Amino acid sequence: MLAVNISFRSQGTPIKDASIPENAPTDLFLDKHRDFIAAYGAKKDDYEYVLTEYLRLNGVYWGLTVMDLMGALDRMNKDEVLEFVRQCQQPCGGFSASIGHDPHLLSTLSAVQVLCLYDALDVVRVDGVVEFVKSLQQDDGSFYGDKWGEVDTRFSFCAVACLALLDRLNAINVDKAVDFVMQCMNFDGGFGCRPGSETHSGQIYCCVGMLSIVGQLHRINADTLGWWLCERQLPSGGLNGRPEKLPDVCYSWWVLSSLKIIGRLHWINKDKLIKFILATQDDETGGFADRPGDMVDPFHTLFGIAGLSLMGQANIKPVNPVFCMPEDVIRRIGVKPQLL
Amino acid sequence: MADSDSSEHAGDYVLYCDRENWKDLEPVPQDDGPHPIVQIAYSERFRDCYDYFRAILKKDERSERAFELTADAAALNPANYTVWHFRRILLKDLGKNLQDELDYITEVIHDHPKNYQVWHHRRVVVDWLRNASDEIDFTRLILTHDAKNYHAWQHRQWVLREFDLWDAELDYIDDLLEEDIRNNSAWNQRYYVISKTSKFTDEVIAREVSYTKEKINNVPNNESAWNYLRGVLLDTEMYKYSGLMTFCEELFSQSIRSPHLLAFMVDCYQEMLNAKCEDKEEVLAKALKLLKGLEEEYDTIRCEYWKYLSVTLSSKYAGKLEQSSS
Repeated sequence: MLAVNISFRSQGTPIKDASIPENAPTDLFLDKHRDFIAAYGAKKDDYEYVLTEYLRLNGVYWGLTVMDLMGALDRMNKDEVLEFVRQCQQPCGGFSASIGHDPHLLSTLSAVQVLCLYDALDVVRVDGVVEFVKSLQQDDGSFYGDKWGEVDTRFSFCAVACLALLDRLNAINVDKAVDFVMQCMNFDGGFGCRPGSETHSGQIYCCVGMLSIVGQLHRINADTLGWWLCERQLPSGGLNGRPEKLPDVCYSWWVLSSLKIIGRLHWINKDKLIKFILATQDDETGGFADRPGDMVDPFHTLFGIAGLSLMGQANIKPVNPVFCMPEDVIRRIGVKPQLL
Repeated sequence: MADSDSSEHAGDYVLYCDRENWKDLEPVPQDDGPHPIVQIAYSERFRDCYDYFRAILKKDERSERAFELTADAAALNPANYTVWHFRRILLKDLGKNLQDELDYITEVIHDHPKNYQVWHHRRVVVDWLRNASDEIDFTRLILTHDAKNYHAWQHRQWVLREFDLWDAELDYIDDLLEEDIRNNSAWNQRYYVISKTSKFTDEVIAREVSYTKEKINNVPNNESAWNYLRGVLLDTEMYKYSGLMTFCEELFSQSIRSPHLLAFMVDCYQEMLNAKCEDKEEVLAKALKLLKGLEEEYDTIRCEYWKYLSVTLSSKYAGKLEQSSS
């Protein structure tokens, strides 16, 4: 009786994980992914497309970045994109996700990233962007996402990333911004949304990325954080965002890029993660999903490709782990985020 | 909230362009620019509703009908923050009953519990009301369906802080951990509540260590509990903490090989080495043996991490051992 109990105790409850079907893809279908993204922008009558209007500019960033990483940026309509981005800039200088919407830091970062991909910052009023970002910093160093007052460490990342790409970091109080992010560090070495919020892989990426851009990575405990991050890998090979959650291609990217930034990428099992990411491809339509067998979308397609790039996949351009943009673009701009 | 209800029954729904009381208003179609990259073929109801929403915005019409329209627009796309902003302007301007609004947003959150905008709306309404009497039960209900809902936890933390409602929170966390001992959000909340109330005094640390040991005893392979234990003892030397090493060794002697147990023991040994303990060689050997087990048998997926720790420990302490013996 005791032995049974002990064996139960040592195994505990079963681990929540995804399973990889036997017939799941094991090769990378770059051509299909290029076609998938090229077609996605053209398929504008989808209900889903309508529903994601509030994410349109973010979507443009996902699509263009993944196309650039796959060496197919020239298949996208540059003039249309730049005209669209230009029209999303609001009088206050920030960008809205779509024409006629309210400006937000999330869409503003996407706009700046898209403009950097095309080396076309002159299309918009850069001073206006800087003013907008600056206006959102609060006394405690945190950032609102827009004038309505939601605070989140994601916005600290957006603000700093945006200004770094524009070479205007001196416009904000960087010390205070760092202090706020450090207040969001938890006892497990990770970071949450606000002080006291649970550690979450997506927020870790934002906080670690933010600290990397401003050269303050020495303020984190890289070993403790690195261990928490590599604990996210499940037997399927995929990584989850928090303990006891299912693995997901987008969380795989956020964990992986954070590990890369703090110099501990080798702590996870790359082969297993590559196998997991490849298994989320749709080998008919192209595109990646969150987990094997689910519906594909551009968001997970970017993070699937970017993850493979970080792990050295051939035929994909190297990706910068902090900005999630091609390294050659980051080099051209001259930004040098800190890596441990 | 008749309008938001009716939107769920397609048969009863009348498009705004067919409504008598909207005839005076010219709808404003989505402007996608001269060379639209996004020529969107909207569903009919979506297009109709948003065409009239844009018309209302353009005119800045602050009316009852505008207020009702925002509920339809939010039901069609709860993530559209412009709709919520305008609704709040109307709430203030029209002097709407905020308790009704709280009832309304309760329903919306039940349908869309993972949406930022709806939770933000609720927070503003509760803040305006200065009454959080429903919030503890409401977040409890949402967390019953999804114990890790990040928005619900953030809202709950704000309410506890803003309205000083800490008293029953640790009991609530006990219930949650009773239900699911691996609920990481609950462990995090436990840490949060203590750091905001009693703080980690010596007595509280003792209580928390014994609480966590009991939980670990029931389910040893539980990442959250071990992380919590480390957190509680953040400013304390773990290996010295009364009874803790014995506790670990007992689990180990019961053939438990949870990577979290082994890793905790390694951390304790490392502290001992750091503190220049008596029997360095023996302690180092014990730590390296555990690390080898983790690397080769108990946690092979993270073998590179365990190798790294072995190398670090060896280079840091084996050298010193030789020096001191020479």
